[in-house]
Amino acid sequence: MDRYLLIVSTVCFLVAIAHTILEMRGGIFRPMQFNFFAVGLGFIFQTAFLSIRGHALGRCPITNLFEVIVFVAWSVALFYMVVGPAYRLSLMGAFTAPLVVLLQLFALWAPIDKAHPGRLPANSWLEFHASISLIAYGAFALACIAGVMYLVQERQLKTHQLHSIFYHLPPLTDLFAAITRLLWWGFTLYTFGLISGFFVGEPLPWIQIMCAIGVWLLYGLILQGRYLRWFAPKRVAALCIIGFSAALTLLWGITFTAQTHTP
Amino acid sequence: MNLFCVGLSHHNTDVEARECFAGHVESDRALRNCGCNEALVLSTCNRVEVYAAAENMVPTEQIARCLARTDTIEVNGHFEAFYRYEAGDCVRHLFRVASGLDSMVVGETEILGQTKKAYEAARTAGAAGRHLHRLFQRAFRVAKQVRTHTEITRGAVSVGSVAVDLAQRIFGDLRNCSVLVLGAGETSERTARALVSRGVADLRVSNRSPERAETVALSVNGRAVAFDQWLEQCGEVDILITSTSSDVPLLSQEKLAPLLRQRIDRPLFIIDIAVPRDVASDVNALDGVYLYDIDSLQSIAEQSLATRREQIAVAEEIISQHVAEFDQMIANGLNRAERTPEHPPIGENSLRASEL
Repeated sequence: MDRYLLIVSTVCFLVAIAHTILEMRGGIFRPMQFNFFAVGLGFIFQTAFLSIRGHALGRCPITNLFEVIVFVAWSVALFYMVVGPAYRLSLMGAFTAPLVVLLQLFALWAPIDKAHPGRLPANSWLEFHASISLIAYGAFALACIAGVMYLVQERQLKTHQLHSIFYHLPPLTDLFAAITRLLWWGFTLYTFGLISGFFVGEPLPWIQIMCAIGVWLLYGLILQGRYLRWFAPKRVAALCIIGFSAALTLLWGITFTAQTHTP
Repeated sequence: MNLFCVGLSHHNTDVEARECFAGHVESDRALRNCGCNEALVLSTCNRVEVYAAAENMVPTEQIARCLARTDTIEVNGHFEAFYRYEAGDCVRHLFRVASGLDSMVVGETEILGQTKKAYEAARTAGAAGRHLHRLFQRAFRVAKQVRTHTEITRGAVSVGSVAVDLAQRIFGDLRNCSVLVLGAGETSERTARALVSRGVADLRVSNRSPERAETVALSVNGRAVAFDQWLEQCGEVDILITSTSSDVPLLSQEKLAPLLRQRIDRPLFIIDIAVPRDVASDVNALDGVYLYDIDSLQSIAEQSLATRREQIAVAEEIISQHVAEFDQMIANGLNRAERTPEHPPIGENSLRASEL
């Protein structure tokens, strides 16, 4: 039953993508109305799915890779809802929706929704650690999307080839400000997640810990480089994409090892 | 009651012909002198038109005479240039005019404001009755719909406005931007003025002639900078407009790169409108530098115009739907109109009410 909610949610995000493509083909795009509504509706269905799952499990619904992916997609949509209107980045919907759809379609298609053998014991530190880290992933994902938008905008300005999308993307400096804020949000939440990981009271594989610290250091380096002017905004935007790819690989590794090493 | 339009526009006359008829007569006078039941004069720099409703046929020449400033042979010679649209054609023409489709620069929005002003003047003078009221309210609604459902107004179509538009795409709010104008030519001065009108407060002018720099700086509310200091200023400003008469490029990658190290996180937008160019083209390869010369600005302006032209078909479709609906309403004897007040004010509320 709860999977149907996820399917409806995916359809909402797909509608947002289809609308964007149709509008752009016609050379018209009004980002503030339809996309925000479609993404908002998709977010409501995502929340309903996670809520039902959470009640059934009696804990935060991040017990297998399927739930983890949906949780990341939910946090991406959450940040979009929060950051979008504030930074006038509603076109993020055009970039957010494809990412969410990719994540959710994969989660629905792949045979990864396997119930955990035996009921997992409640561990509030572990749940806090996992959920806060995944929300940080949402911020990193949006920073990655804003990075893509920055590079698209930058490329058009450099080559003097201004396409329809150029007129609907936010100004470069606004995008860079949004990237910086999202990086700060993500980095702060990820730091809390990392620290809380030491209180879970369970032994964790050292490779996971090293990789998690590696991702933390990478984002720390991006922020440091941004403030010490080591990197131009274009490089910061590119590093956001690299950073998120690394973070996703780590997340995959964590959930994969968690599932294969469960007794 | 017949609806019709008689007029002259930039399509078929030059400014010399139009000025013989422009801005001379008010709607109420046109109404009295021409034998129309309702009349409205729309006079802009590109057109002089009378929209009217009359029980009987009013000859075009009679309207033209009424609009003429003088009764000379020269003026009488222009009478033949007047076009005339009746009923549905008149409705279509007004919808196209209000939507900017008939303008010299397709998609310009100033015409809508001018049309609203003309309607307001006719309404105040009592020259616009229920026929013109319904016609113009519908025209405003069509123009709004065309503007929101097509990209007919998208992009800038002149060199100066393209430069300002690009600056906004890079920096967003221009109020915190600083601008250096290097070489006080006419185009650079005009571009600087456009930037000031969008909120730029910190404007610096540098020229080989300090007097000229002072004069231009005063006129744009900026400050003059000594010509031997302009390069240092490039490390501080956000926008550089160059238009000197130098035969060789003044700014190269080697000169600019060291200055950018201090400002790596802030873009530098360079508008080079000098011919020959003041800035070497390889400067564009530097991180965070966006160099546009006169050709690239002109090409973007042309691109915008082409996009606007592509949108004409979509706009015409919207207009056709409204013309058909309006014709139907006319055929039904304006029954709906009779239930509405005759002369509502033209404010936003009245527009919304009429749309509902």
